[in-house]
Amino acid sequence: MNIGVFVCHCGSNIAGTVDTEAVAKAALEYREVVFATDAMYACSEPGQAGIVEAIGTYALDGVVVASCTPRMHEATFRRTLERAGLNRYMFEMANIREHVSWVGKDKAANTRKAAELVHMAVEKLRRNERLQAGEFDIAKRVMVIGGGVAGIQAALDCADGGLEVVLVEREPSIGGKMSKLDKTFPTVDCSSCILGPKMVDVAQHPNITLYALSEVDSVDGFVGNFNVTVRRKAAYVDWDACTGCGECAAKCPSKKTPDRFNEFIGLTTAINIPFPQAIPKKASINANACIKLTKGKCGACAKVCPTGAIRFDQKDELVTEKVGAIIAATGYDLFDFTKYGEYGGGRYPDVITAMQYERLLSASGPTEGHIRRPSDGAEPRDIVFIQCVGSRDKSIGRPYCTGFCCMYTAKQTILTKDHMPDSQSYVFYMDIRSPGKNYDEFTRRAMEEYGAKYIRGRVSAIQPKNGRYLVKGADTLLGRQVEIEADLVVLAVGAEAARGAGELAEKLRISYDPYGFFLEGHPKLKPVETNTAGVYLAGSCQGPKDIPSSVAQGGAAAAKALSLLSKDKLASDPQVSGVKLARCIGCGKCESVCPFGAIEMIEFRGMPKASIIETVCQGCGVCTAACPQGAAQLRHFTDNQILAEVNALCL
Amino acid sequence: MSVTEGKELRIIGFLCNWCSYAGADTAGVGRFAQPTDLRIVRLPCTGRINPLFIVRAFMNGADGVLVSGCHPRDCHYSEGNFYARRRLETLKALLPVIGVDPGRFEYTWVSASEGQRWRSVVASFTEQVHALGSMPRFMSGTSLDLCLRPAVQPRVF
Ligand SMILES: Cc1cc2nc3c(=O)[nH]c(=O)nc-3n(C[C@H](O)[C@H](O)[C@H](O)COP(=O)(O)OP(=O)(O)OC[C@H]3O[C@@H](n4cnc5c(N)ncnc54)[C@H](O)[C@@H]3O)c2cc1C
Ligand code: SF4
Repeated sequence: MNIGVFVCHCGSNIAGTVDTEAVAKAALEYREVVFATDAMYACSEPGQAGIVEAIGTYALDGVVVASCTPRMHEATFRRTLERAGLNRYMFEMANIREHVSWVGKDKAANTRKAAELVHMAVEKLRRNERLQAGEFDIAKRVMVIGGGVAGIQAALDCADGGLEVVLVEREPSIGGKMSKLDKTFPTVDCSSCILGPKMVDVAQHPNITLYALSEVDSVDGFVGNFNVTVRRKAAYVDWDACTGCGECAAKCPSKKTPDRFNEFIGLTTAINIPFPQAIPKKASINANACIKLTKGKCGACAKVCPTGAIRFDQKDELVTEKVGAIIAATGYDLFDFTKYGEYGGGRYPDVITAMQYERLLSASGPTEGHIRRPSDGAEPRDIVFIQCVGSRDKSIGRPYCTGFCCMYTAKQTILTKDHMPDSQSYVFYMDIRSPGKNYDEFTRRAMEEYGAKYIRGRVSAIQPKNGRYLVKGADTLLGRQVEIEADLVVLAVGAEAARGAGELAEKLRISYDPYGFFLEGHPKLKPVETNTAGVYLAGSCQGPKDIPSSVAQGGAAAAKALSLLSKDKLASDPQVSGVKLARCIGCGKCESVCPFGAIEMIEFRGMPKASIIETVCQGCGVCTAACPQGAAQLRHFTDNQILAEVNALCL
Repeated sequence: MSVTEGKELRIIGFLCNWCSYAGADTAGVGRFAQPTDLRIVRLPCTGRINPLFIVRAFMNGADGVLVSGCHPRDCHYSEGNFYARRRLETLKALLPVIGVDPGRFEYTWVSASEGQRWRSVVASFTEQVHALGSMPRFMSGTSLDLCLRPAVQPRVF
């Protein structure tokens, strides 16, 4: 084999701490290396042209590029090889940037390490095969998990692009957090007026199947052919028959049911439609509150339902959907502020979350848009807002900035003044974070036009005092203690990963960060992809985001799914396992360990043998390690290749 | 980085592509400085690791071997790291029998986002191996070597 080695400077990224020329020189000593050089930017147009040219000039039949991580440019260079007429799998990379030049300070040690990594790559490449990708059929359907604004946008864009969409939402209605908001920054337009029409479009779109009150139970398969089992939870109402008239809720005697949609301020009935614009507009029964389901008697709703839709014996139902791509859009949850003793730990009725405040502001909320204290129903006059509750605080494991609470707090002070011109808002803040179009102007307006008093500093205690609250804090700009008497305290609670995000990530086989937010494929270049082909991210499930960014990402994820599924067939990765029949003794160990069911036992000349279903094999290599005969070998990660790498380092 | 100021030792890392290799990349992107001894072999999954690779590395003179994969339940291939855990646990118990100080071998889980954690894993493992010094070359030619060597010979097809 004629091997060529190209050592990239990456400007000064690599060349700054690695002697690339010396690495190229060392490479010439390795077996079968006939050409080695260093290049300024191997991935650039002239860099790639240099590789193509050298392949021709030196009759190379294999190439090693020593540069950045293969997770970045392996595909780029494989295409370069193809353009030069080589098989794309006659290629290996040595990661001398992320694993060498960026982490090691000593140039001599770095150079030695880089040369050895090149040696490993050469030894591996010497044992590569010319592999050919196969093709497999795909399902031109996509599943969107989570029906917040990001998921709604993704579903609509996919459906408009001609894909069949299955939208799975675990609450009884889609809409997510945005459906609970009163108005939205930075324009202060009504949230349900801009979200409502999109929700109706979801309900009416011929390409969208909506499963509300449903969750993903399990996920099998892989890109192009996922089989997702969805658990449709019992609503105790036949939704095909329910017309959403609301007679049931009007008659339900269980009127003290905690109201989840209204963030538990106010009460609802055991059977209810969560809010007037709900999609689907169907009633469901809260089994914990229903008298019939808990005590066996009542059934008032069944008596009044004009279509006889009530089903007390309804059970969860499992449906399996075959889809080619999955978009996760499960959003976020709000930080539980009761962890903070200084804010009363949840003991004070008039210390509420910003989301509860949104419900108080909303005309369709429990107070019909009149701001009232939960304790006594009185209209508050002095309102203290506290920012960064559960954000930017290492001590509780939330070091990150939620990013949108500065903005929604400013919005809430503006709305407060609109609702109650005599009121006074105070905001305790750490910094104002308002980058974005018209955002900083917006926070300024809150201060300058609406008279909100901003105090830079933390609150150390909230104490009840004569039916009001004494808020004690520091003003770090003036360098003094402040005390404010407030009727109502609103906490700008930060975002955290949605409940159950980790479990869902494990089902989807995607990664998540230490806080439970899903991990994108690359922080800059693959913001909506994941490490699992065919699974994309939209909205706050990837990290806290405001509405414009969530919508943008929803559209971006849809574009990715559309382009993936625009083909009729996908190319399969040929770096999969293969069984040498002559060595296989038919013990079936590989079949029992394969996580994908990609191995079947066949009969060959009267003997049992293992056989790999190549389009199902995902190339993990668990079988290769399990095979006692070395008969199952993962292509390009064979025992020979891995041991050759080890030998390159040790011998 | 005091440990590396002296001689470098031979430390081999077997990393899965999806979590730990990416975590090592994240550490690089963050410029989290590390000792330079470690050389990484990239594998699709820790489930691909045959414990004999590790034995072979020690027989060939590696001073330390580090395996790192996805956190349990977060494997890209669902369950590869569970197989790895069982196999490597067994290996760990066996290392003293073949005369390798178990402190020379470690397996751990580092996710793609845990660049900081990767740095500290590399730093502490490197330090641990340096404390043990280089691997004594007593194995070659011994009866143990002779009986193990065929088992870890690559199979030629
Ligand atoms: C008090 C407050 C005020 C705000 N005001 C504004 C504003 O004025 N302007 C602005 O731009 N932004 C505002 N935001 C931010 C805004 O809420 C988010 O940007 C937006 O909701 C993100 O949308 P999303 O679709 O990503 O997530 P979400 O709205 O959280 O939607 C996620 C959806 O997925 C569902 N789900 C979760 N897990 C699962 C699962 N496992 N299976 C199925 N379904 C699941 C949830 O039930 C939910 O319906 C505010 C936030 C708060 C807290
Ligand atoms: S957006 Fe503002 S309030 Fe929210 S965490 Fe960041 S700095 Fe704190």
